Amino acid sequence: MSATTAAWLVLLCPLVGTILIATGYRFWPGRSAGWLATAAIAASFVFSVITFIKLRGFSPDHRTLTSTLWNYDVSAGVDAKLQILVDPLSVFMILVVSGVSALIHLYSVTYMTLDRGFSRYFSYLNYFVLSMLLLVLAGNFLLLIVGWAFVGAASYLLISYWYRRTTATRAGIKAFVINVVGDVGLVIATFILFRHTGTVQFLGVFHAVPHTFAHNGGAINAAALLLLVGAFAKSAQVPLHTWLPDAMEGPTPVSALIHAATMVTAGVYLIARTHVIFEWAPTAADIGAIGGCATLVLAATVALVMTDIKRVIAYSTMSQIGYMIMGVCVGAYSAGLFHLMTHAFFKALLFMAAGSIIGAMAGEQSLDRMGGFRRALPFTFGCFIVGGLALSGLPPFSGWLSKDDVIAFLDHRAGAFLIMGIIAYAGALLTAVYTFRMIFRAFFGDPVLEARELEEGHLHHAEVPHNPMSGEEEDTDVGFPGPGHFIAEREVPMKVAMSALAVLAVIGGLVQIPGVDDAVTKFLDPSFADSKYAHTQVSTGSAWLGLIIGALIAVTGISIAYRIWVARPGTATRLRERFAGPYVFLWHKWYFDELIDFLVVRPALWTGRLVDSVVERSVIQGVFTGGASGAVRAGSAAVRRAQTGFVRYYAALMIVCISGVALYFLIASG
Amino acid sequence: MNIGWYLAVSAIIFCIGAGGVLTRRNPLVVLLCLELMLNGANLALVAFARMWGSEDGQIFALIVMVLAACEVTVGLGLVVAIYRRRLPIDVDELNELQG
Repeated sequence: MSATTAAWLVLLCPLVGTILIATGYRFWPGRSAGWLATAAIAASFVFSVITFIKLRGFSPDHRTLTSTLWNYDVSAGVDAKLQILVDPLSVFMILVVSGVSALIHLYSVTYMTLDRGFSRYFSYLNYFVLSMLLLVLAGNFLLLIVGWAFVGAASYLLISYWYRRTTATRAGIKAFVINVVGDVGLVIATFILFRHTGTVQFLGVFHAVPHTFAHNGGAINAAALLLLVGAFAKSAQVPLHTWLPDAMEGPTPVSALIHAATMVTAGVYLIARTHVIFEWAPTAADIGAIGGCATLVLAATVALVMTDIKRVIAYSTMSQIGYMIMGVCVGAYSAGLFHLMTHAFFKALLFMAAGSIIGAMAGEQSLDRMGGFRRALPFTFGCFIVGGLALSGLPPFSGWLSKDDVIAFLDHRAGAFLIMGIIAYAGALLTAVYTFRMIFRAFFGDPVLEARELEEGHLHHAEVPHNPMSGEEEDTDVGFPGPGHFIAEREVPMKVAMSALAVLAVIGGLVQIPGVDDAVTKFLDPSFADSKYAHTQVSTGSAWLGLIIGALIAVTGISIAYRIWVARPGTATRLRERFAGPYVFLWHKWYFDELIDFLVVRPALWTGRLVDSVVERSVIQGVFTGGASGAVRAGSAAVRRAQTGFVRYYAALMIVCISGVALYFLIASG
Repeated sequence: MNIGWYLAVSAIIFCIGAGGVLTRRNPLVVLLCLELMLNGANLALVAFARMWGSEDGQIFALIVMVLAACEVTVGLGLVVAIYRRRLPIDVDELNELQG
């Protein structure tokens, strides 16, 4: 089997899974739909590994393969093909996506067992993985747009999965609309590139960019900025980030899959894939880096005050993706992608552990109500600690090595980038604080009622299920969460998935240690061989210096969190009272929702109403349709007079007319 | 005999029929007058057929007879229906189809 055949099979597996589960949703008994979906993604992962092995068989210079299944249209300068590009970057992405997805599918099999709509859930989930794999394997911009839009649609379906929850459907619509903003940016960018280079193939465009565009000129910067719009919308970067926290309305495994491990990293992938364009448009690249830098601080500050456990993790995702975006925008491609990989491991793990706590709390997500779960949920606690330490960047966990890889590159580029590096360290401090705030509040302190019950072997169930966001009462029928709650301690599939991710979160970083090994950089090197940063090497000494600073910052952050939330309980309340202004500002998430509401939503609504009242009602209804129907009405009123209803009148008219015609022909022929 | 005589008789019958249709108000008489018009036309057709020595006109005349039979069936049916519903048997009174 060749590398490209295996790559096609990577796409085929989830496609078959989606179709089988979706069309036969009535016939899959019990959990079989879930197992089928898991098997499809696991097969996809196996084929990804085969692709990886086959690709390694080529010499590094020949590791860029394309394969076309068929041409949609190759004429008049358009080359629309169903084409995939198999190179180290895409193989790296399919390995991460299919691997983490397979584990999350496994987790979901248990987590969603008692939910009505089990098959629907898994058909959506498989569809999502298909879209994501299509996105990263696409060989031209057209197929990339298809994957990009599919991912947005799948995200909408999964966020709104509990479709009778109004909060969930609103969140789904919000995510979809903001994602479409990104889609539009991507489409226009593709158009600009196509117009100048005459092709939509990745390789063709990248080859032509330096010849056709002026360096840092208007056209290439416009294209790069539009690509950034797409990347920022998908990766939830400021100011297109407001959908991600709301997307936590979806089931927890969905948050783990698409809002932590895979979908939101699509923007990072896009920038890495089109790095040739960004290097030719340094202004746009710098704007992207600034955006990522702003996001990482902004999201980290908001995460400090959020009380919903999933939203804290969501903001930390935004913050971590800020690091990646910043990395790939300044040229630290392999570092950014390395962080993408480790982040996928530990963030998926954190979400799964959060799902386990939410299970123990019978659906409740607020940190205010949690506490003391350390003894009741030992396994979940362990996983949460591993994920939290990796996220905070403590040695030897994976996040320590990958995050500081990005920051070391920033410091290496010096100048203004050094400031970004310092901000990134500040963000790392905040990361450690909010991560351990979450851990200390959920697991330490006095056990709450649910934790005490669980210690005695009884899993808490709410008498009446309710929406954790709005407090509305719910039932457990289709469209609402099912009656079951699950904790990892009791369910083998959840335990297996979390253990695998916990191991990866610990050792996943060891593939790239400065001065020891750089497997990721070496493997990804052919994809970035044409980059001007390809030979920029951070010296081992400064890399280790960065790592030590990172570790010290993580320790500082964790001890601050310990002092505030464990050693001296009540400090948090005092701080909140003392800094009431900033607290309210952060609590309202920097007022971004209100800002977007004021700047975009309301003007759009006003315009809509104006168009409705003026254009629609006066011009369209009044002039066009009203005028046309008025003319017809007047005409018919005139003609109606002829219809008297007298039969003899009709007969006379007929005789006169026919006689007239006959006379005419007689005269004409004579 | 000259064809003109036949045609004259045919035209006279047709005009009597047409005049009846236009002036009479009893639907039965109107139907009778319609028959007159059709048979006037038939006479002309048969005369022309004789003149040319071909059968086409005769066949047309036969078709017109069939058509007349159909028309009378429908017409008489209508008259009976009007009578049963106790409506006035007068074509001028039956003017609901006006615009």
